[in-house]
Amino acid sequence: MTAPANVTFRIRRYDPASQKPPAWEDVTIPYAAGMTVLDGLRTIKETRLPSLAWRSSCRMGVCGSCGMFINGHPRLACNTQITELGTSLVTVAPLPNFEIIRDLVPDLRPMFDAHAALMPHIVRDDVQEMYEPTGEYFQTPHELEQILQFSYCIKCGCCMAACPTVATDPAYSGPMPLAQSHRYNADSRDGGFAARKQVLATEKGPWKCHYAGECSQACPKGVDPARAIQLMKRQLVFEYLGLYKQPCPSKVVPKAAEVKRRADVPEAPAPTI
Amino acid sequence: MRDQRLWTWHVLAGVVILVFLGLHMAIMHLDVLVGIFSPADPHPIAWANVVARARMGFFTVSYIVLLGAALFHGLYGFRNIVFELGIGRGLKSALNVVLALGGVGLFVYGAWAAWTAGALARTL
Repeated sequence: MTAPANVTFRIRRYDPASQKPPAWEDVTIPYAAGMTVLDGLRTIKETRLPSLAWRSSCRMGVCGSCGMFINGHPRLACNTQITELGTSLVTVAPLPNFEIIRDLVPDLRPMFDAHAALMPHIVRDDVQEMYEPTGEYFQTPHELEQILQFSYCIKCGCCMAACPTVATDPAYSGPMPLAQSHRYNADSRDGGFAARKQVLATEKGPWKCHYAGECSQACPKGVDPARAIQLMKRQLVFEYLGLYKQPCPSKVVPKAAEVKRRADVPEAPAPTI
Repeated sequence: MRDQRLWTWHVLAGVVILVFLGLHMAIMHLDVLVGIFSPADPHPIAWANVVARARMGFFTVSYIVLLGAALFHGLYGFRNIVFELGIGRGLKSALNVVLALGGVGLFVYGAWAAWTAGALARTL
């Protein structure tokens, strides 16, 4: 699409203090080369609507703060160029499937509560080693490959906003918490499957996923939560049938510094600054 | 734990249905190619063939297993659909009881019908 001279932002406004229902407000601003939706919102806040509220931080698709419903799709405002939308009318609303705190700010607490309940961290018996490591947990490149794409998740909530099951079933944990749970269940360094199963085997688990795949379509980081959820279902079914045995968490190997350097490998040059 | 157990049985019931529907297809619709379990007449739904199959214990057991699998698979699927409408916990519990009792009732009635049909066929 050729760049438009002006862009009209149709913004969903909501102020809980006013006790009025959410309403649309149109603002037209001049287009600037390379303008993202977040740039447009900043321009609008600085010049037209100082009370407009949204979340954003890094402006480069890393922090996951600026998830919004842009032209009918959950996207990151900072990662969405105006020109890629193919229209000069940009409709911006808060992410669906969440309560609205104000304007474009969704209440993400249910998502993070579900996330925390699924223990999204390495769980092992050797607590002493975790807090005072004597080495590194061994992991092969192949084992890393099993979890790598899921670790790119930035918890923006776009997958939750796209999920048809989250839209109707409040008991369902949703794609982000479940995918992150699988990310740790599938991690060769982790031993927390039995602990996470206490939540996953209930109605909060992956059972309501219809495999619509909208979460994977919506993810701005290319993560495939739908795949993680299907893998998790398989793992849990096999576990129930007694066909799955969690492998022992990987062993501790000495730190690289304690490994004797080969004589033919030179030392790194001294730092220049 | 409960949802893990129910889902696993839902999947297993689906496999059972797939196997028995495959058998149904082979007997009823691929009779020219496969030609199994039709000893009395080339046409699979000829009365003599129906009676011959009903006399076989294998078919009585198959009907009962298929009935159980289809009932569980269907009622569990229906339960999931209704649960996703966001109903309250009390209504969920009530639906669980109604579906469980309804499922057991239909299974008992269907199993009795299959067993009686087999017994009747053996008297012909």
